[in-house]
Amino acid sequence: MEQALEILFTASFWVAAIRIASPLIFATMGELICERAGVLNLGIEGIMTAGAFAGWFTVYSGGDLWTGVAVAALAGAMFGLLHATLTVPLGLSQHVVGIGVTLLATSLTYFTYRLALPQVTTPPKIEPFQPLPIPGLSKIPVLGEALFTQTPLTYLAFVTVAVVAWMLYRTPIGLAVRAAGENPSAVEAQGISVTGLRMGAVMVGSALMAVGGAFLTMSAFNSFFFEMINGRGWICIALVVFGSWRPGKALLGAILFAAFDAYQIRLQQISGGVVPYQVFLMMPYALSILALILVARRATYPKALMIPYQKGER
Amino acid sequence: MRLEPKPAPSLAVTLLYPVGAIIVTFLIASLLVLAAGASPFSVFYLVAKGAAGSQFALLETLTRATPLIFTGLAVAVAFRAKLWNIGAEAQLYIGGVVTVVLGTGALPLPSYLLIPIIMIAAMAAGALLLLGPAILKTRFGVDEVVTTLLLNFIVLLFVSMLLEGVLKDPTGLGWPQSSKVIAEAQLPRIIQGKRLHYGFVIAIVSAVICWVIMKKTVLGYEMRAVGNNKEAANFAGIPVNRVLIKTAILSGGIAALAGFSEVSGLKGNLTLDLSPGYGYSGIVVAMLAMLNPLGVIASAIFVAGIFVGADAMSRTAGVPSYIAQVMVATALLTMVTAILLTRYRVRWK
Repeated sequence: MEQALEILFTASFWVAAIRIASPLIFATMGELICERAGVLNLGIEGIMTAGAFAGWFTVYSGGDLWTGVAVAALAGAMFGLLHATLTVPLGLSQHVVGIGVTLLATSLTYFTYRLALPQVTTPPKIEPFQPLPIPGLSKIPVLGEALFTQTPLTYLAFVTVAVVAWMLYRTPIGLAVRAAGENPSAVEAQGISVTGLRMGAVMVGSALMAVGGAFLTMSAFNSFFFEMINGRGWICIALVVFGSWRPGKALLGAILFAAFDAYQIRLQQISGGVVPYQVFLMMPYALSILALILVARRATYPKALMIPYQKGER
Repeated sequence: MRLEPKPAPSLAVTLLYPVGAIIVTFLIASLLVLAAGASPFSVFYLVAKGAAGSQFALLETLTRATPLIFTGLAVAVAFRAKLWNIGAEAQLYIGGVVTVVLGTGALPLPSYLLIPIIMIAAMAAGALLLLGPAILKTRFGVDEVVTTLLLNFIVLLFVSMLLEGVLKDPTGLGWPQSSKVIAEAQLPRIIQGKRLHYGFVIAIVSAVICWVIMKKTVLGYEMRAVGNNKEAANFAGIPVNRVLIKTAILSGGIAALAGFSEVSGLKGNLTLDLSPGYGYSGIVVAMLAMLNPLGVIASAIFVAGIFVGADAMSRTAGVPSYIAQVMVATALLTMVTAILLTRYRVRWK
């Protein structure tokens, strides 16, 4: 029991928690931008898969790491464009299109992987992002170690949250995006195109999701394998709801969630096989459902979420 | 750009666009085949031959279509009422679990009693599994897409736990698999010595029953009303939440039959690879059938044909069999676009 509590005060635990949170932070911010503009993006799981592969494959074929991140973002934006074209101007069901984009992005990724590496049995590894301790700050016990001994991609995740929050709440374009998700006719009345805003938001959001996927191959597992996203995309959708569509709260949710995930891995080790390991693996998914139930009553969805907008229609 | 409703489209138009969607799907797949360095014509010929070129191929396609009919129906009835059940995969596995729990000797009954009992129990378990997300939706307003998706992962881990624990086959050499079901719990083969089993017949009957429910009963009418416009249905005095709960029971129950049919008719036992994503493919099957239960039969056979044909093709032509999944996903997106275009005209300013 004591052992179980001690874990919480070790720096290595919090370092792991922040690392596990990083891909979720990117993807949660991506989904948050889409939903704030009024589009539910269920393509997230597949877009993360595509991003994971695109980033990894770029480095595997000789590109440098940041090129890999850029290629992943571009791949994500392309799938975002597909999603947005079908859901925004054509106004098709965001549920059906989202699932379709996930299926397409996943299968296209697997197809490309098999085509590029027909004979591999063990996925080849790449040289990943290395931890970059921030001088001074990383010497602060526990907290400093946890936050400032990470890889550059983790720092980028935190910068992304700040940028997204600043864009959404402090810039005209952020205001327009939020309005597109709340009251699209008001945006149109200002002479701004709702279609353009929403498509842009979905593309940028999808790019972030793909970078989240790329984090897994370029800063965590160092190789690409099938089904590696493993529901992280769906968890991010729950995190957006849990964070009530606010970047700061969603960030906190992602870290809390990741801490829990890191904790269950360590509990698994000290429980010594008394409880089946599957019970621990179920916890993150069960926790996501629980979180949704807890916030459901006071959840204030963007008012125009999932409602297609047609110019001139009331 | 704007969409204008068209006056009632003629039959030709209603058929033209979906056919166009399939053609576009094949064109996109051709690009991938070319990227793989093969000729699209020979590849599609091999796919068609592998799917329907011989009695063996044809029976294999129908065998593969069987679980897809069940999951396709489960999705079709749920989506009709706009209950977004993305959890057919989990419901399928629960159906499989119930089949091995009751079918491996726990109930020493003759076939004509045992099989119906297992079917009813499996359906009840699948229904219960979807009832959770449905109640969370109607009572707390929790989006069922996310809950059903997350449940897929939870249930698969649960099955893995059972297969390494209480349901583990003691003679299975350590593999995570269940014991075989007893002879009385097995669905017979339709043709002696071939893999096609009576699960296919049950699937066809289920499709007919679903069609009757959707078109000829009050429940079906209410489901369509709720799906078309929840507020209007509520205003017209339809108990929206109760209809959604009934839809969930129907949908979850049918999806569970897929697991029952695969275990009892084909595999004989439960493993973690019982379903290569039949629950998710069911969404495509249902959308290709435009949510029509009888159409589900045709679209399930079509989708199964692509899967079976692509497997055969990849063995000889060297194009990865994942092309089948790409084609199926592309068909979903092109088909929903085609259906839109039959109803609306796109005006560029």
